[in-house]
Amino acid sequence: MGVNSDPLLGGEGFLTTTIEAFANWGRKNSLWPMPFGTACCAIEMMGVFASRFDLSRFGAEVARFSPRQADLMIVSGTITYKMASVCRRIYDQMPEPKWVIAMGSCTCGGGPFDSYAVVQGIDEFLPVDVYVGGCPPRPEALIDAVMKIQKKIEMKGAPVV
Amino acid sequence: MSVDLEPVINSLKNEFPQDILGVKEYRGETTLLVSKEQIFKFCAYLKDELDFTFLADLTAVDYLEVKSPRYEVVYHIHRFGPECEENARIRVKAKVSEDELKIDSVTPVWSGADWLEREVYDMFGIEFIGHPDLRRILMPEDYEPFPLRKDFDVRNREASKRSFEKALEEGAD
Ligand code: SF4
Repeated sequence: MGVNSDPLLGGEGFLTTTIEAFANWGRKNSLWPMPFGTACCAIEMMGVFASRFDLSRFGAEVARFSPRQADLMIVSGTITYKMASVCRRIYDQMPEPKWVIAMGSCTCGGGPFDSYAVVQGIDEFLPVDVYVGGCPPRPEALIDAVMKIQKKIEMKGAPVV
Repeated sequence: MSVDLEPVINSLKNEFPQDILGVKEYRGETTLLVSKEQIFKFCAYLKDELDFTFLADLTAVDYLEVKSPRYEVVYHIHRFGPECEENARIRVKAKVSEDELKIDSVTPVWSGADWLEREVYDMFGIEFIGHPDLRRILMPEDYEPFPLRKDFDVRNREASKRSFEKALEEGAD
């Protein structure tokens, strides 16, 4: 983007940019998360949304419980195979462009549950953008993941139409 | 628990002289072994005549290679006293063999047994005769193995994956 201020415009100035850069700038600063919390990690995620860690400082505080209105899925908690089909369906219902954070060891690789019911990493059925390790991760780590998503949107973006 | 269960046990012995196969006392806990044919009547008597109104838990144990018959269904039953110290608790067990994986349901006695029996069915495959709605409760409905059986490999995810893929396909239409 370039900034110009022209005395002919009363010093107000104007921006030159591309539609893509402008749209992605908007996207990265107004992520609407779909919180998919199934276990202990969800508590930390709620902490991130609440006032102490305050994800609204990054424009991502509007947790949407409808996938139709969300573009960032935060999967936080143990995902069993029975839940996995639900998780996948909700992901499919989110409109493009969309991103996924795998929060916690469980979503990254099954965590402590090497068992018959637990998915050993949600990347078995979802395209994950950022993995956050920890059991559970500190809220700061999730904020870092959101910032990484923002960086990804800035660098790679997504088609506008 | 300080309550004396002697009168309870005597009353049960009078009522079911043939069917109490053993009484065990361990660290203040009383366990009765009952023949599985009488389990329904036994539980109904405990509730209606002896006031054991609360089924605290119902579960099962797989004694593969340790005991025969292989399974035991366990009931933890509670009686509320007028004071906290007068609460009483008793444990009832019934043996179930591998060849006849069935036992009478006690859901008509304590409606709280409904989901507990479904869980035991889900995990061990023990059928509860007379249960109003015996379906799996935790695992997907088309899941085949019974995961808490000792001869099941707990790391075997194949059956779960099959159910998952089927659920995905069904959700796709
Ligand atoms: S990673 Fe740890 S804290 Fe997070 S859901 Fe799994 S067990 Fe719970």
